[in-house]
Amino acid sequence: MEYRLELRNVSKSFGEVKALENINFQLGQNEIVGLLGDNGAGKSTLIKIITGYYQPTSGEIYFNGRKVEHLSVPKARELGVETVYQERALAEMQTLWRNIFLGRELCNAMGFLDIQRMRDETHRLMTQSMGFTSHAVSPDSRVGKYSGGEKQGVAIVRALFFEAEIIVLDEPTMGLSLKESAKLVNFVKGIKEAGKSAIFIDHNIFHVYNVADRVVVIDRGSVAGEFLTKSISVTELMEKMVRVAETGSFD
Amino acid sequence: MEPMNSQTNNTAPEVTQHYKVAFSFRRFARNYSAQLGILGVFVTLWIIFIASAPNTFLSPQIYSAFMSSIPFFAIMAIPLTIVVVAKEMDLSFPSIMAMGMVAFSFTYNGTAFIGNTTIRVFLAIIAALLAGSIIGWINGIIIVKFGIPSLVVTIGTQFFWRGAVLVLTSGTNFPIEYIKETIFYPMFVGKIGGFLPMQMVWLVVITILGWVMLNRHRFGAHIYLTGDNINSAELMGVNTGRTRIQAFMLVGIISAFAGLLYSFYIAYFWPSLGSGYLLNTLASVFLGGTSVFGGTGTILGTFLGAFIIGAIEAATVAIGLTGFWTQLIYGFIIVLSVIMHTYLRKRGE
Repeated sequence: MEYRLELRNVSKSFGEVKALENINFQLGQNEIVGLLGDNGAGKSTLIKIITGYYQPTSGEIYFNGRKVEHLSVPKARELGVETVYQERALAEMQTLWRNIFLGRELCNAMGFLDIQRMRDETHRLMTQSMGFTSHAVSPDSRVGKYSGGEKQGVAIVRALFFEAEIIVLDEPTMGLSLKESAKLVNFVKGIKEAGKSAIFIDHNIFHVYNVADRVVVIDRGSVAGEFLTKSISVTELMEKMVRVAETGSFD
Repeated sequence: MEPMNSQTNNTAPEVTQHYKVAFSFRRFARNYSAQLGILGVFVTLWIIFIASAPNTFLSPQIYSAFMSSIPFFAIMAIPLTIVVVAKEMDLSFPSIMAMGMVAFSFTYNGTAFIGNTTIRVFLAIIAALLAGSIIGWINGIIIVKFGIPSLVVTIGTQFFWRGAVLVLTSGTNFPIEYIKETIFYPMFVGKIGGFLPMQMVWLVVITILGWVMLNRHRFGAHIYLTGDNINSAELMGVNTGRTRIQAFMLVGIISAFAGLLYSFYIAYFWPSLGSGYLLNTLASVFLGGTSVFGGTGTILGTFLGAFIIGAIEAATVAIGLTGFWTQLIYGFIIVLSVIMHTYLRKRGE
C-alpha cells in the first residue's frame, strides 16, 4: 500500500540555519501521526513544507506515491491538504463566510464571487458541524469578536469543508479551555473514523498519545525516532522525550 | 485574473435552503456603520451649507460646477481606496497623471505621419494608460519583491516621475487644442444637456467598477484579506504579492486617465499637472472611513468623502468667510470624521 504522503530526505535551511536535516516522514492511509518535539525542534517548519508554505531546500515530496514538484499552498490544498494553523490563520476584521472560504472563494469563471452560496454553506457548517448556537456567530459576523474556542472551530470547520484527505493540526489546543480541548481530541478521532489521515502536533503529550496511531519525535531538525502508540506506554514515551531533549538520543 | 481551480474539487453538497435573516435595522446599522457615518456627515454638511448660503446651494449651477471639478481627483481616490484597504499606500499618483500626459504628447507628436488626428489621439490615449499601468506595476514590483514599505517607495517614485516629466518636457507646456476636433473631447469632458459633465459620468462608472471589484470579485476578497492579515492570507494560499501589484496598477492606469481628463478639460498640458491633488485625494479616502491599518474601507465612503472635500472650498466662500478659512475647515472636518470612524469601528467589533 502506498503512503498518502511521503517526504524523502527533506532539508530546509534559512540562510545559515539548518531547520530540518534529511527528514524522512511517512503518513499512511487513514493514519493519525503525532508529531512531538521540543520548542524549536522543527515541527512547524516541517508542516509548513507539507502545506506548501515553505519550499524545501532539498529532498522530495510524494502524494499517493506520485512526486510533486514546487509544492505551493494552492497546490497542496488541491491535493487535499487542509491545515489548522497554530496562528489560526484568520482575518479577524472580516466576516465568518469570508474566513471559511479564505483563499478558496467560490466564484464563477470570471472570478465573480458567489456570495449567497458561501453564506449558505457557512450557515450550514455553523449549525451542523460547528454546533454554534450563539447569536453572535452568524455568517455575517466578524471573526474578531469570537472566543478562542470559536475561532479554533472556524479554523477546523474550514479544513473539513473542502473534503480534505490530509488534515494538519498545528498546536490546535493552544489557548483552549479543558472542555474545548476535549472536544478537539474527539474531532481528531472523527477524522480517523471518516477514513482520512491527519498529522497532529500538540504540546500536550497526552492528547497526542490518545489519538495518534504513531508518534514521530523530532529533535534538532531530525527525526529522532518513531513509536507505535500501541507498543509504548505514555510514561515510557515521556521518559524518552525528556531523555532525547537532554542528550539527543533515546537511550 | 487567475485560473479557476478553487471549486473543482470542492464537493460540498448543494444547499437547497438559502440562509436568510429577517431585516433588522440594528444589524444593518452595524454592518454599514462606516457608510452610514459618512453619509450622516455628508447630509449634515449639506444642510448647513444650504441653510447658510441658500442662494448658492439651492441653484443647480453649483452642482454642475462640483460635478465638473471634483471627478478629477475623485476617480483616483477609488483605486487608492483599494490600495489602502490592502494596507498599502501610494503617493506617486500625481506624478503618474503627468507622466501619462508625457506619453500622450510624445505619442501624438511622434505619429505625425498618420495624418488622421482622431487615430493619433486614440493611440496617444492608449500610450498614456499604458504608461500609467507600467508605472503602477513598477511601484508594485519594488514594494512586493524588495519588501520596502509602500509609503517610502512611492515618496521616491513620486519625485522620480515628476523629475522624469520635467526632464522629458524641459519644463515646457504643451497646448493640446487638437483634441477638440476628435470624438474623445466630448466623450471625456463634454457636457450632457449642457449640465452634466462627462467626467462625472466617468467617475460614476469607475466608482461602480471599483465597488464591484472590491466587493463582488475574488480580487477584492483578496485585497481585504491581504490588508487584514497578510500572514493568514499567505498561509491559506492567497497570492498577496500579485494582488497588491494589481492594486498599484489600478492606481496607475486610473491616475493616467485622470491626467487625460484634466488636460482635455483645459486643452493644455502643464508639467505640474496633478501636484495639487495629492492631499485632496488622500483626504477623500480617509474621510470616507477607510482605515490606514488596512482590512476595512468602502468605495461609497470615498465617493462621498471626495464630494465633501470638493464642496468645502466653494461653501466657505459662499457662506461669506474668506478663503483663508478653507484649510481650517478642511482640517476640522477630516479630524472629526476620522475620530467618528474609529469610534464606529470599535463599537462594531
